Amino acid sequence: MDVQNLVNISKNARIDILKMVYNASSGHIGGAFSAIDIMVYLYFYKMNYSLENFENNERDRFILSKGHASAALYTCLAYKGIIKENDLITFRKINSKLQGHPSRKLTKGVETSTGSLGQGLSFANGVALGLKLKKINSKVYVLIGDGEINEGQIWEALMTSIRYKLDNLRIILDYNHLQIDGFIENIKDPRPTKEKFESFGFATFVMDGHDFYDIDKTFKFADQVKEKPVFIIANTIKGKGVSFMENNVDFHGSPPTKEQFEKALLELTNV
Amino acid sequence: MFEKKSSMRTTYGKELVNLGKKYDDLVVLDADLAKSTKTELFKNQFPERFFDMGISEADMVVTAAGLASVGFKPFCSSFAIFLTGRVYDQIRNSIAYPHWNVKLVSTHAGISVGEDGASHQMLEDIALTRVIPDMTILSPSDSTMVKNLMEKIYNYDSYLYMRLSRNDVYDIYEEGTEFNIGESFIHGIGKDITIIATGQMVSKALEAEKTLKKEGIACGVVDMYTIKPLDTKTIDKILNISKGILVCEEHSYIGGLFGAISEYVVRNNPVIVDFVALNDTFGESGKVEELFEKYGLDKDTIIKKGKSVYDRI
Ligand SMILES: Cc1ncc(C[n+]2csc(CCOP(=O)(O)OP(=O)(O)O)c2C)c(N)n1
Ligand SMILES: [Mg+2]
Repeated sequence: MDVQNLVNISKNARIDILKMVYNASSGHIGGAFSAIDIMVYLYFYKMNYSLENFENNERDRFILSKGHASAALYTCLAYKGIIKENDLITFRKINSKLQGHPSRKLTKGVETSTGSLGQGLSFANGVALGLKLKKINSKVYVLIGDGEINEGQIWEALMTSIRYKLDNLRIILDYNHLQIDGFIENIKDPRPTKEKFESFGFATFVMDGHDFYDIDKTFKFADQVKEKPVFIIANTIKGKGVSFMENNVDFHGSPPTKEQFEKALLELTNV
Repeated sequence: MFEKKSSMRTTYGKELVNLGKKYDDLVVLDADLAKSTKTELFKNQFPERFFDMGISEADMVVTAAGLASVGFKPFCSSFAIFLTGRVYDQIRNSIAYPHWNVKLVSTHAGISVGEDGASHQMLEDIALTRVIPDMTILSPSDSTMVKNLMEKIYNYDSYLYMRLSRNDVYDIYEEGTEFNIGESFIHGIGKDITIIATGQMVSKALEAEKTLKKEGIACGVVDMYTIKPLDTKTIDKILNISKGILVCEEHSYIGGLFGAISEYVVRNNPVIVDFVALNDTFGESGKVEELFEKYGLDKDTIIKKGKSVYDRI
């Protein structure tokens, strides 16, 4: 694993996400920055996924259940060559292929449309179940938000993952402790978090969602698990990478001002 | 006029089994109602391709989308109330918008659910599914039709909603009659009025038609089993001949087949269009025939409304 390469991709992705959201005057930076390192690891190291195979049933799949982090997904797909890098700047604009939330029909590489929270895990279960039925060995990675788990459907789906022993599935929780109205602990506190998922029957891991070595170690452990689905709690920081955006709920879904944009760009460029 | 009755949902279950033998990419999901929706017949035959998702309709329909994405052809069943109203957002955002080939087949549509009462009597499912872009909606009137349509549904390359009844319904058609998604069955078009009916209102409409004819009203009945895409070809034919239309459906008059036909007719060739349908109300517990009578979905109401349309043309 070439960690420096992954670090560089993440850096470029953060810069592009910032530009996309600034250019569109809308979009979700915070949740994209908390998820991007995990996504970069998956797309540029872990997954069997490329321009050559992205339409084959044998590919690994990444499903962005928290669809509002669409900008992060688009940068990964662009760097993979699945969509055009030049199109990134059309994000959220009229007539664009890059919708505010991922659209399977409009954007190549988007596994399914998401945006209405709470549904992507059920979809991922269906994919994992289908792959097992077809005896295809590919893996399914699904990223859910820690606010998103307020949705009842997530808990329906967790029971489905367990029921069908979907050991080809890895659920990753973007544990950044923020949702729109504030700290998740003040809204519907999921704690004790790890114990909850463990008690459901998952092989549960905790990792630092911004440390490629720890991410890699965790996913390698996950690959040893048999007969159980894997649940990974990724400790992350919302807005990670820009000092004044980190842990700041203001940057959940609001674009930066010109001044903030320039400051953020400087910080991201100079790491 | 009609004598024999049979169960559309049992036919559905049996046809799932027949199709399951022929096509190994057919999978079935249910939400703890397999005994009632009759998907249990499939479960018994193909347990490895049957998924009881438990009482989790939202999870069920989106899991089906995932299965469709790897190349399976999923059929999902539950009661109409749970398969549409409860999961409207999931159907819209996770099936229709990404365009996954998931077949949604409900049973227990309409007031004919009977004793379970209003919480289980779905009178708005056509309205809810009809507003979803590119949704196809079928509302068969008898078991022969269900049997004939099932393989066409399996082969249909898009998401689709079909509503079936709980109760046994009269056999209208002879074995071997052909039906097609997108079409209607024209029993007759009247010079005065045409009754366009769907679901189990069709047999009632055909009975009412006899009385209306005896009373000198030139009338015909069309079985509009495809609700969306609306069979405008047949409606145009009707508009060329009839001076009034009566729509009969076991559904709220708002947003259902009456709504669909009205939306088309007002833009094209306005004639009087009236309805025999539920009048913006919830149902209640009772026997099927009692409910049909109390809520004005019986033969006598069709006759009365038919005359009323005739008087106004
Ligand atoms: C069903 C649904 N309800 C509400 C929203 C609006 N919404 C968008 S993002 C969000 C908060 C998500 O928080 P979290 O899952 O923690 O995401 P992250 O912190 O990773 O951005 C909400 C409520 C939505 N997209 N879907
Ligand atoms: Mg969060």
